[in-house]
Amino acid sequence: MNNILTAAMKWVDDRFPATQLWNEHVGKYYAPKNFNFWYYFGSLALLVLVIQLLSGMWLTMFYKPDAELAFASVEYIMRDVDGGWIIRYMHSTGASAFFVVIYLHMFRGLLYGSYKHPRELIWVIGMLIYGLLMAEAFMGYLLPWGQMSFWGAQVITSLFGALPFGIGEALALIIRGDYVISDATLTRFFALHVAVLPLVLLGLIGAHILALHHVGSNNPDGIEIKKNKDENGVPVDGITFHPYYSVKDLFGAAVFLFLFAVVMFFVPEFYGWFIEPPNFEPANPLKTPEHIAPVWYFTPSYAILRGIPDKITGVAAMGLSIFVLFLFPWLDRHPIRSIRYRSTLYRFLIGTFAVTFVMLGYLGTQPATLGFSELSFRLTELYFSFFLILWLYSRERAAFVYFAVAVGAGLLLVVIDAIRFDADKAMLLFTSSLMPLAFYAIFVLGPVFTNLNESKPVPERLT
Amino acid sequence: MRKAIGALVFLLLPGIVGAAGGVKLMEANVDLNDKASLQRGAKLFVNYCLSCHSARMMRYNRMGKDLGLTDEQVLENLMFASEKVGELMTVSMREGDAKRWFGTPPPDLSLIARSRSEDWLFTYLLSFYKDDDPARPFGVNNLVFRDVAMPHVLGSLQGYQVPVYEEHDGKDGKKVKTIKGLELRELGTMTPDDYEVAVRDLVGFLVYVGEPAKLVRYKIGTWVLLFLGIFVVVTYLLKKEYWKDVH
Repeated sequence: MNNILTAAMKWVDDRFPATQLWNEHVGKYYAPKNFNFWYYFGSLALLVLVIQLLSGMWLTMFYKPDAELAFASVEYIMRDVDGGWIIRYMHSTGASAFFVVIYLHMFRGLLYGSYKHPRELIWVIGMLIYGLLMAEAFMGYLLPWGQMSFWGAQVITSLFGALPFGIGEALALIIRGDYVISDATLTRFFALHVAVLPLVLLGLIGAHILALHHVGSNNPDGIEIKKNKDENGVPVDGITFHPYYSVKDLFGAAVFLFLFAVVMFFVPEFYGWFIEPPNFEPANPLKTPEHIAPVWYFTPSYAILRGIPDKITGVAAMGLSIFVLFLFPWLDRHPIRSIRYRSTLYRFLIGTFAVTFVMLGYLGTQPATLGFSELSFRLTELYFSFFLILWLYSRERAAFVYFAVAVGAGLLLVVIDAIRFDADKAMLLFTSSLMPLAFYAIFVLGPVFTNLNESKPVPERLT
Repeated sequence: MRKAIGALVFLLLPGIVGAAGGVKLMEANVDLNDKASLQRGAKLFVNYCLSCHSARMMRYNRMGKDLGLTDEQVLENLMFASEKVGELMTVSMREGDAKRWFGTPPPDLSLIARSRSEDWLFTYLLSFYKDDDPARPFGVNNLVFRDVAMPHVLGSLQGYQVPVYEEHDGKDGKKVKTIKGLELRELGTMTPDDYEVAVRDLVGFLVYVGEPAKLVRYKIGTWVLLFLGIFVVVTYLLKKEYWKDVH
């Protein structure tokens, strides 16, 4: 029996590199032995991808991409299709779960400097995946054809219209296929959502993993395990992906699925965060909802957009807020990868960035009152300032560089405030300016006057 | 008995109106496991709502099955507008007529509990009051849905409430009158307590209609969690066993 199997495997291997592929990517892929909690999210992203592909395929069997029928066909799935509600909730919960997992996966990269040499391309491909995933989610959200589907899409597509030189109008027209969101939009979003984008996504995810397996995984210590190999050329601090990480990720998947099922079966709307209540009303082009808010995973970008009073500048800032993430490998060139051995101020900087991002996300869900808009604006300033400090901390610099940055950034912020100055809001403006002021005081003057920006020694081997 | 209660001036909704004029919603606390309540709600729905509002995502026989009724029972007691039990709960009023009579066609109620929330519906049905403003076509208004086009359909059951006003200083020094609460003045065929129960039944039914799967979702979910809970333990032990040789 064993002989037959060996012979069969050899027959295949002579014609297709099955064993070779298995060994390269699983069986003899050496991963650092010290992966922690944060390293679950890569494999979980793959799991959610599979959930979305499978549940999505089944939904297309019953869904009707037609402005007249779409809304009712979703309710048909929820009521008349056997188990249809399970598939639909799986897909709607999966969409949000995808972003939870991806945001944590990206934050892991930030914590341990996984985007640094030689992993720049892994990061860039990953960012492309993130961008496409946003497009995928945005187009998918139109398909139920509820009020939020319609008006959310109306708001976002009109953003493209803000681009100058007539490009914007033309682009918005191409995206919508009409002057407003309509049946033409629905059918093309459907095609893009179920065929075009998933194919590109799959290709990019393949490239992401190939690039990772080519250079090897980073780890919480940020030390290259390939620098320390035994006589067989095997990294001393590495363990094979299978069985060690396959069983570990299986455990992670089990815990994740448990939480996923809690949401899916008990709170599928997640209190209006995953499925917004107005989306249970059919799209009505004549009735604008009181408060249009995108789904939570877009709200940080949305808050940046809304916080800026000028539309074109707002759209540009929103685009830049995503684009600047691509530049991580070139902005932060500090030789130490992991946050474990970077300075106290650097840790505080990363923490501030995370808090800024979450707060922007919250503000994006709230009505744009005067105070909230101002807060969004200041947080946007902090968001972009983060990248400046990231670059500044890349290496030891002379004191005058820090002062130059402080003066330069200070002047820029004053000019921005002068442009948007409004006598009615003067008090609010002055009070809120304490936020960037404190930020720069801590992060620019800190390294000059304290020793809080000193890195710690990096060990030779994994801890 | 009814007269005795009628003699009482009854403050039904004290404190419903917040200081800022916004309305605090009351808690509906519907119980989807209470089949009898859902059945009573279904009866109220077909008698009082279905002549104007459709529930066109819902089938009669599905409702019957979920509420523990036979097709015959559904046909006899709950179907006035349709003939076959497999039909959807549509309404025979034409949209054009509806628009002429009410100013706006009555919305479909299939998903109203999901877009509005059960507490909103509960409060809404309890907060109709008499409004003598000649602009109000049916002589009533509503606290949570100002100037709603709908008449107080359940008025014969609840009776009619009148607003109790409160005066305070407005911005420009003038006195402003706001509604402090509602007082039941004309009694209907139900006592206030019975009416509240009836409204709870009706809202419960609407919550069910909003998502029929809700009746089984929690049950299936519990089994899934039980399975996954065991799976978590098994995979944890497996991981621990394999990782013994890693240090």
